[in-house]
Amino acid sequence: MADIAAQLQDRVRAAIADRRPLRLHGGDSKAFYGNPVQGQPLDLSGHRGIISHEPTELVLTARAGTPLLEIEQRLAEQGQMLSFEPPHFGGGATIGGAVASGLGGPRRPWGGAPRDQVLGTRVLDGQGRILGFGGQVMKNVAGYDVSRLMAGSLGTLGILLEVTLKVLPAPPLSRTLILEMDREAAVSRMRELARQPVPLSGACHLDGRLYLRLSGSEASVNAWAGRIGGEMAAAHNTFWQRLRDQQLDFFQRDRPLWRLSLAAATPRLACEQEVLTDWAGAQRWVYTDLDADAVRAEIAQHQGHAQLFRNAGTLDCFQRLTPLMLTLHRRLRQRFDPHGILNPGRIFDD
Amino acid sequence: MNTLPHDSLRQKLAAQFAEILDSAYILTREEELRPYECDGLSAYRHLPLIVLLPGDIAQVQQIMRICHREQVPVVARGAGTGLSGGALPREDGVLLSLARFNRILDIDADNLVARVQPGVRNLAISEAARPFGLYYAPDPSSQIACSIGGNVAENAGGVHCLKYGLTVNNLQALDVVTVEGERLRIGGAGLDSSGYDLLALMTGSEGMLGIVVEVTVKLLPIPERAQVAMAAFDDVETAGQAVADIIAEGILPAGLEMMDNPSLQAAEDFVHAGYPTDAAAILLCEVDGDNEEVSAEIRRVRQRLLDSGASEVRTARDDAERARLWAGRKAAFPAVGRISPDYYCMDGTIPRKHLPRVLSEIAAMSEEFGLRAANVFHAGDGNLHPLILYNGNQPGELERAEAFGGRILELCVEVGGTITGEHGVGLEKINQMCAQFPPEELQMFHAIKAAFDPLGLLNPGKAIPTLNRCAEFGAMHVKAGDLRFPHLERF
Repeated sequence: MADIAAQLQDRVRAAIADRRPLRLHGGDSKAFYGNPVQGQPLDLSGHRGIISHEPTELVLTARAGTPLLEIEQRLAEQGQMLSFEPPHFGGGATIGGAVASGLGGPRRPWGGAPRDQVLGTRVLDGQGRILGFGGQVMKNVAGYDVSRLMAGSLGTLGILLEVTLKVLPAPPLSRTLILEMDREAAVSRMRELARQPVPLSGACHLDGRLYLRLSGSEASVNAWAGRIGGEMAAAHNTFWQRLRDQQLDFFQRDRPLWRLSLAAATPRLACEQEVLTDWAGAQRWVYTDLDADAVRAEIAQHQGHAQLFRNAGTLDCFQRLTPLMLTLHRRLRQRFDPHGILNPGRIFDD
Repeated sequence: MNTLPHDSLRQKLAAQFAEILDSAYILTREEELRPYECDGLSAYRHLPLIVLLPGDIAQVQQIMRICHREQVPVVARGAGTGLSGGALPREDGVLLSLARFNRILDIDADNLVARVQPGVRNLAISEAARPFGLYYAPDPSSQIACSIGGNVAENAGGVHCLKYGLTVNNLQALDVVTVEGERLRIGGAGLDSSGYDLLALMTGSEGMLGIVVEVTVKLLPIPERAQVAMAAFDDVETAGQAVADIIAEGILPAGLEMMDNPSLQAAEDFVHAGYPTDAAAILLCEVDGDNEEVSAEIRRVRQRLLDSGASEVRTARDDAERARLWAGRKAAFPAVGRISPDYYCMDGTIPRKHLPRVLSEIAAMSEEFGLRAANVFHAGDGNLHPLILYNGNQPGELERAEAFGGRILELCVEVGGTITGEHGVGLEKINQMCAQFPPEELQMFHAIKAAFDPLGLLNPGKAIPTLNRCAEFGAMHVKAGDLRFPHLERF
């Protein structure tokens, strides 16, 4: 439990004076993700501690370096959870990193992404100022929603010092069903279920098997499990955690891993040569022999987004922004970080 | 007829717009402009310079190019139901009505999205989705009239936010026309996009960053069943505690609403919802889900409410009774409108635990200002709507009502809340923004605005006060828990 905001502020001021960019990291569990940053490492994991958690307000505030595990344990003691199921990857992940990366886990289509649960932030900007946005309440439309803008900005708009999140009651029961079927049948089954009020909290297809996770009241989960059929998985949590943290064998290949974000019902695309389908069809992890431009062109046709998530080599991790979008991104970044010292180049070139 | 101000500019612009729009969609005469002089906050009125009613996106782009070239301010307007003056026109500016953008373009049931034009009414989306077993979750009380474009501009909420989120949580993509007339696609066909979350930034930006011309919303499956319980309480504090007790029980109600005695009485007199008019407060608690699940949860809710000290708990026996119980709540504003010539609706949000203190201070202020107040509360998410009753024909009453309202909002900030939960800042709460944010944050908001709109032509003067204005208003910025002399009684 330590507040090192003042030291971090000094480091930012020194970086401005020396014109030396900073490479921000918490647990550094997502170092593989995003474009490489040339800069002095700035470790944020020392700025840690849960500042407040009021179970009956459904709100938690923590310093950004607080380990995700610590937060999840504290919430679990009160029967609550982070609904976006953030990945921990190799371990050591912090809440600041979870929000800054904007990544949601298998529950994403139903539980939202970090941006959906962020209520407020305290931010150290690229001028060394500490600014507060949003607050501790669920509904707040005073001023622009800078807190949600921070989510997914990978530290390029400011250093997250504190985040306030909406937390939710954990469902009393979760069960996983496994149904043997091919990929096309699985996607149509997932879509059919997603259209009904099924208590889904995960829907993934891999290697001829459809995995469905149901979470909710006992009555509801059992009734739907009976209707859906399939085989009930024993240690159901293991699969979803290994999926969330990319520990499944599928993720262990030493070649570029694509993350495709598409309309869930999109039929299999040419680039989907080896594929793990998650989020009931809306997120696809893909290995392909096609070159990056071909993948991006195909995804753009379907108004989706493609990222090179792992092993990007020298390629740009992110989809190229349109010229107008890039102009707006650069202008925004310029406002938050006029000296260009915070994670320059992580998402786009300044 | 007297000549309107800025008449030569009006004539010059009208001639340029006539090359884009049919003359029926260019309004310049006083009697045509009059209906647009205010939005749902009728205390503020200005006649616009000119009203334009474009019918397609290309026309919006051309209009914006002309306005940009001529440096004319543009105020966008949807259904005009906003409560903070966000669509209040300017005498030297264009009022851009999106009313003709009223088509539902596509319901994509397989992907659980609907693509709609911004002038489509909120409720019309759910009606169009219903044959597919789907609906659009955010349901502001004005949903029969308010437009989705306005919902995006204000980040509208409703009575089901605690479980289903706000507008920002239920959007997938936006098409926006920039101040320069460029078309911008924000978001995409999937759940996540590359780059910054401009979807979040645009939502709730009150027409300051761009003109929303198409909206892709997320749809949800209609729950199998919903059931509501109504509980009566002898005092407001017990009712507030009951809300916390329900959450502590691990229940996430679909709706959780509170009304105090003046508002429940007004509602009862108006729609005969069956509310106990002798109660100090009532709670409405709705749960939804599967049939069996709802039966089990509503029993838990009922028991919890009784254990928490409710004097009476009633569960709706059928859909008709459920609809009646909700009708009283949804009609609370017009109901209060019947018992007072005018009312002024506030929109603060507070951490729920401070409800008893805030309500008792509002009661004290009510005495001090000599004006009655009725309170309606989205108890689940802490969003409080005090309605201040006044008579605009009595000299000085409007000013007293505004001063009373301003004090309520500053109190909300003081207890760690916010001056607006869902109605927006607009022009109405611009002074209270000075109490909510220190100068550095306000500067950052202006910088963000300038990134999108360097000349400041989009809805100028709204939402974010200038630092000069704050200095003039003299508001003290109060950071939560950092109030000077906290032991002093303030009200």
